[in-house]
Amino acid sequence: MSNNRVSRRQFLNYTLTGVGGFMAAGMLLPMVRFAIDPVLQTKAEGDFVQTSQKVADLTEEPVRVDFSYEQVDAWYKSEVTDTAWVYKQGDQVIALSPVCKHLGCTVNWAGDSAHPDQFFCACHGGRYEKTGKNIPGTPPTGPLDEYEVAEQDGLVMLGKKIANTLV
Amino acid sequence: MLNKIYDWVDERLDITPIWRDIADHEVPEHVNPAHHFSAFVYCFGGLTFFVTVIQILSGMFLTMYYVPDVENAWKSVYYLQNEVAFGEIVRGMHHWGASLVIVMMFLHTLRVFFTGSYKKPRELNWIVGVLIFCVMLGLGFTGYLLPWDMKALFATKVGIEIAASVPFIGELIKILLAGDATIIGAQTLTRFFAIHVFFLPAALFALLAAHFIMIRRQGISGPL
Repeated sequence: MSNNRVSRRQFLNYTLTGVGGFMAAGMLLPMVRFAIDPVLQTKAEGDFVQTSQKVADLTEEPVRVDFSYEQVDAWYKSEVTDTAWVYKQGDQVIALSPVCKHLGCTVNWAGDSAHPDQFFCACHGGRYEKTGKNIPGTPPTGPLDEYEVAEQDGLVMLGKKIANTLV
Repeated sequence: MLNKIYDWVDERLDITPIWRDIADHEVPEHVNPAHHFSAFVYCFGGLTFFVTVIQILSGMFLTMYYVPDVENAWKSVYYLQNEVAFGEIVRGMHHWGASLVIVMMFLHTLRVFFTGSYKKPRELNWIVGVLIFCVMLGLGFTGYLLPWDMKALFATKVGIEIAASVPFIGELIKILLAGDATIIGAQTLTRFFAIHVFFLPAALFALLAAHFIMIRRQGISGPL
């Protein structure tokens, strides 16, 4: 026992604050958890999407491959189209994301006539080597993302985006 | 720690009188359930306000997922109820709270009526209270349509037909509410949504403020 006497007023204050706080928390907890749900939802993605690009047709020169898949956005389902730059390096098929690592514009292979062997972003002049490695002195701060690649029936299959493994 | 922060702010802004004005007021013996248990009837006004606060909070959170559009309204409600964590609870709070507000408000009205608290000098507060009652019923009516299921649609059809039975201007009221002369659809839903989340709450806040300022000014009515 300490010598600090708790007055009746203090005791009632603590009790009321405690009970009130408990009730307020019980009220707000479901609502806050409801609101932050998008942050905590687990994504079960990783399915490969088939493209129309034949593996046999690929060369060392990157080609633009458009592919589409069904996207579930909460209550809204839609068919979305995405793009990859695909080429062969030896036997390995490489697929790079066209999303610029500077501010998210779309890059093109040989988009700048002065640099025919590089990816070029028209927004702010970002450039990347064929491996996706960003060229120092241009705006991007990292290499282009890569798609997981698989092959089925001679066609290129693309999986989820991963960090560049070539650089 | 908290005391120090409070003292620091208070020293500069002198906030003690402000919250004293709000928090310190007389609670006469005849309205204090600790003295006479039957005085719990004086709690219904406060309970109405408490449930109203829950309605406002849960409503704010529900609009994070809800869309007032005929294509997506039902789907978004289904999604927020079944896919989002605690969605059932938050929607449940708003759903049951809506009925509870009406019940509490009705009990509060009965208490005021049977204690004669509406008499001079409190006639104006009674009038404001009746206006609050109307706004609450309006909130209930407009909110009922928003899930956009069959029950909502037909309840609104009936409600709008009742409004249309008003002599002379009934047809005008009907078109104004539904947004179209014949269809209860896209425009009805967006209108009801706007009325439910912007217009009526704004009116409600103003009326509640008037209600509370008046009760503070006049004090609680005397014992029977």
